[in-house]
Amino acid sequence: MIAELGLAALWLAAALSLLQLGMGAAALKSSPSLLGEGDHAQHGGGVDGEASGIAPPPRYAGSPSPSAMGRMNPYAFAIRPIAVVQAGLVGLSFLALIQLFLRTDLSVTLVAANSHSLKPWLYKFAGAWGNHEGSMLLWVTVLALAGAAVALFERRLPERTLIATLAAQASIGLGFYAFLLFSSNPFERLAPVPAEGNGLNPLLQDPGLAFHPPTLYFGYVGVSIAFSFAVGALVTRDVGPAFARAMRPWVLAAWIFLTLGITAGSYWAYYELGWGGWWFWDPVENASLMPWLATTALLHSVTVLATRDGLRAWTVMLAVVAFSMSMVGTFLVRSGILTSVHSFAVDPQRGAFILILLAFYIGGALTLFGLRVGTVKEGTGFEPVSREGALVLNNLLLSAVLGIVLIGTLYPLFVEAATGAKLSVGPPYFNAAAGPLALALVVVMAAGPLLRWRRDRLREVAARIALPILLAAVALLALILLVPGLRILPLLGLTLALGVGAASLAPLWKRNLRRTPLFIWGMVIAHLGIAVALAGMASEAAFTREKLVAARVGDSVSVGPYRIRFDSVEPVAGPNWTAVEARLTARRGAGSPFVLFPQARMFSSPPTETNEAAIATRLDGQLYTVIGKPDGGGRWQLRLWWKPFVTLIWLGGALVALGGLLALVGRVRRERRQSRQEEAWA
Amino acid sequence: MRRLWLWLPLAVFVAFLVTVAIGLRKPPETQIRSQMIGKPMPDFALAPAVASHPPLAAADLRRGRPRLVNVFASWCVPCKVEAPQLEALKRSGVPIDGVAIRDRSEDVAKFLAQWGDPFERIGSDPDSKVQFALGSSGVPETFVVDGSGVIRHQHIGDIRPENVPEILAAYEAAK
Repeated sequence: MIAELGLAALWLAAALSLLQLGMGAAALKSSPSLLGEGDHAQHGGGVDGEASGIAPPPRYAGSPSPSAMGRMNPYAFAIRPIAVVQAGLVGLSFLALIQLFLRTDLSVTLVAANSHSLKPWLYKFAGAWGNHEGSMLLWVTVLALAGAAVALFERRLPERTLIATLAAQASIGLGFYAFLLFSSNPFERLAPVPAEGNGLNPLLQDPGLAFHPPTLYFGYVGVSIAFSFAVGALVTRDVGPAFARAMRPWVLAAWIFLTLGITAGSYWAYYELGWGGWWFWDPVENASLMPWLATTALLHSVTVLATRDGLRAWTVMLAVVAFSMSMVGTFLVRSGILTSVHSFAVDPQRGAFILILLAFYIGGALTLFGLRVGTVKEGTGFEPVSREGALVLNNLLLSAVLGIVLIGTLYPLFVEAATGAKLSVGPPYFNAAAGPLALALVVVMAAGPLLRWRRDRLREVAARIALPILLAAVALLALILLVPGLRILPLLGLTLALGVGAASLAPLWKRNLRRTPLFIWGMVIAHLGIAVALAGMASEAAFTREKLVAARVGDSVSVGPYRIRFDSVEPVAGPNWTAVEARLTARRGAGSPFVLFPQARMFSSPPTETNEAAIATRLDGQLYTVIGKPDGGGRWQLRLWWKPFVTLIWLGGALVALGGLLALVGRVRRERRQSRQEEAWA
Repeated sequence: MRRLWLWLPLAVFVAFLVTVAIGLRKPPETQIRSQMIGKPMPDFALAPAVASHPPLAAADLRRGRPRLVNVFASWCVPCKVEAPQLEALKRSGVPIDGVAIRDRSEDVAKFLAQWGDPFERIGSDPDSKVQFALGSSGVPETFVVDGSGVIRHQHIGDIRPENVPEILAAYEAAK
C-alpha cells in the first residue's frame, strides 16, 4: 500500500506541476500588463544600504495590495497555493519511499535491488537516496519544497516576475517528474518477492551517505531557483536590483550547501577510498566543483547588481551557467559517460533522458537569453579600480577556472568523439592550468573587499593592504630560507595563505565590531576560510610524508615524525562484513604511544572489498594508515602517510560555509527590517 | 557583433550536446585496447624465467609461423583459471610463449608444476618493460602474433572456455 500511495502522490504532484506551469503561462499571456512591456524604468532604486546605510525607497511594496489583486488576473492567485500543495504531495511520496526502505519491503524492486534486511538502520534510511531512482525523487522533492518556499515567502519581487519564476520552476519540475514516472519509477513492484535484497554498495555504507548527496542536491536545487528567477526576469524583461535582491538569498543558500557538499565529499573520499588524497580531479568531483565555481561567481555578480545595478546581462548569464553546470553534473554522475570513482548507478538510457532534459532547459534558457538580453538595458558603469572592478575580475577568473575544469573534464569525450582514442586528463593538467589562476583569484579576493564602490585610488588601496603584503613577503622569505626546494605552487600557496588570511580580516580594522553588520562578518569569515583551506592544501602538497612498505608483524616503520610498530593482524567481523584488522602502535619522538586499527573489509552482499583507513588527528596534521593485501609470504602492505595541517582544508571549507550562513542571515534580517520600516512609512 | 556574441553560449552548448550524444551512443567500453595491434612486435630480448625453458626474444616471434604470447604471472589468480584453456589451445597445435611479469624463477617453476605448462619459451619481465611496450595493462593478457612478428589480436583478461574458438580463429587468420 505504501508504494501505491507514494506513486499516487507523485502523479498528483506531477499533475499540479503541469497546472502550475499552465496557470503561470496563462496569467502572463492573458494579462499583458503582467509582462510589463516597456516599464524598465521601474527598477531604478539601486542605491543599496550596504554603501550608504540607508534603506532604498520602496518600489515594490511587498505583496500587492487588495485593490491591485482585484485588477490582476485570477490565474495569478492560484499559482502560490498550487506550488505549496505540490510540495506537500511530493514530500509525502518521498516519505513513503523512506518508509519502504526502513521496513525493507522487498516487494518493491528498488528496495530489493539496493537494500538488505541486515543492513544497519542508518544505511536503510540513507539508502533511500543511495540509488538512482531515490536520488532523483530526492531531487524533485527538494525542488518542490524550494518552489513552495518561494511561493510562501517571496514578497519583494513584482508579482509578474514571481509568476514567471514559479512557472519556470514548474517546468523544471515537470521534466524530472516525467523522468521519474516514465523511466525511473521508484515504487515499481517486484514479483516474485525475493527472499533477500542485494544490499548497498559498501563504499556507500558510511555516515557520509546520509549527508553528502542531500547537501549537494540542496545546492543544485537552490541553483535551479536562481535559474528560475533569471528565466522569470528574462520573460518579463525585468532585470534589476529588486530581482537581484530576491535572488540573492537563494544563491547564497545554494552556495552554502554546495560548499558543505564539496567539503564533506572531499573528506569522505579522503578517508573512505584509502588513497590518502583529498581531491582527485575525478569527473564527478569536477561535476560538483563546476556549479560551485559558477555559483561563487554568481554570488559576487548578484551583489554588484543588487548594490550598484551593474552587470545585468552577465548576472543572468551566470545564473543560467550555474544551473547548466548542476544539470551537467547530474548527467555526468548518472549517465556513466565518464568513468569515475562515482560510477555507482549508471545507465546510458537514463543518461539519454537527462540529456534531453538538459537540451530542453539549457537550450531554451540560452535561446531566451539570446533573444531577450539585448533588450535588457546596460546597467550602471564604473571605474576599473573599484569594488565593482575587483568583482568583475573575480568573475572573469572564476569563469576561466570553470572553463579549464570543464574542458579538462570533457576533453576525453571530445577526443573520443573525434578520433575514437581513449584518454584521461589528470592532476598535472588541472593543477598546472587552474592552480595559478586560483592563486591570482585569492590575490583579488584579498584586495577586493578593501576597495570602495564606483571609484578608488590605487595608492590608497595599496596603503590599506600594506600590512598583509608585508606579512606575505616575510613569509615568502622565511619559506625560501628555511625550507629550500619547495615547488612553486605550494610555496606561493603558503605565502598567499598568510597574506590573504590577514587581508581578509582587514575589513574589520577600525570598525566597531559590535556594530559591524552580520553580512560583513560573513564575508570576512568566508574569505578567511578560503585562506585557511589554501594553507591546508599547500601544506599537504609541500610537506606530506609517504611510506609504502611490505611489513611483517613486529616490524617498525617511520613516517614523518612518527615511529610505527606493526603489532598484530587479526580477523574481525561487523554486522554485514568481515575484515582483517591490523594493530599499529604509533609514537612521536618521546611522546606517549597510541594505537591505530586500519581494516581491510570484505562485504558479502554485494561482494566488495574496502579499505577502512585508521586516521589519527593531531593539532598539526593527520597520521593516515591503511592496510593492504598480504603477499602470501607473511608480509602485509602498509600504506602510511603523515599529512601536516591537512585538516585545515576542511576546516577552511566549513568556515566558508559558516561565512555564507552568516551573510544569509544578515541579509534576510536586513531585508525584513527594511520591509517593516516601509510598512511603518506606509 | 554584440548580437552574435549573445548566441555564443548557445553555440558552445550545442557543441557539448553533440559530443555527449555521440559518446552516449557508443557502448560502454572499460577495457583499454593495445595501440600495438597491427604493428610489429617491439624489439626485446628477455632473460629466461625458469631454467627448464629457453628465454623469449622478439626475434623468436618472426620465424614464419604465428604464435601466441601469454602475459602472465605466478602471483595472478586468473592466470591459474585460464591454464586449462591454454592447454586446450596447445593441444590444437597452437605454439604458445610466455612472458612472466614481476616474478621469481622458483615461483614460476612451482606455478608450472601445479597448473600445467603450455609454454615453449618463457621470458622474465621483472619490471614490466615488455608488458608496457606491448600495450598490455594487466595480467593475464594474450596476444596473437603472425609469422612476420606483427601483433594481430589481443585478448584481455583470462581466457574462458567460450573464448577459445575466437582465439583459434584469430590464430588461423594470422597464418
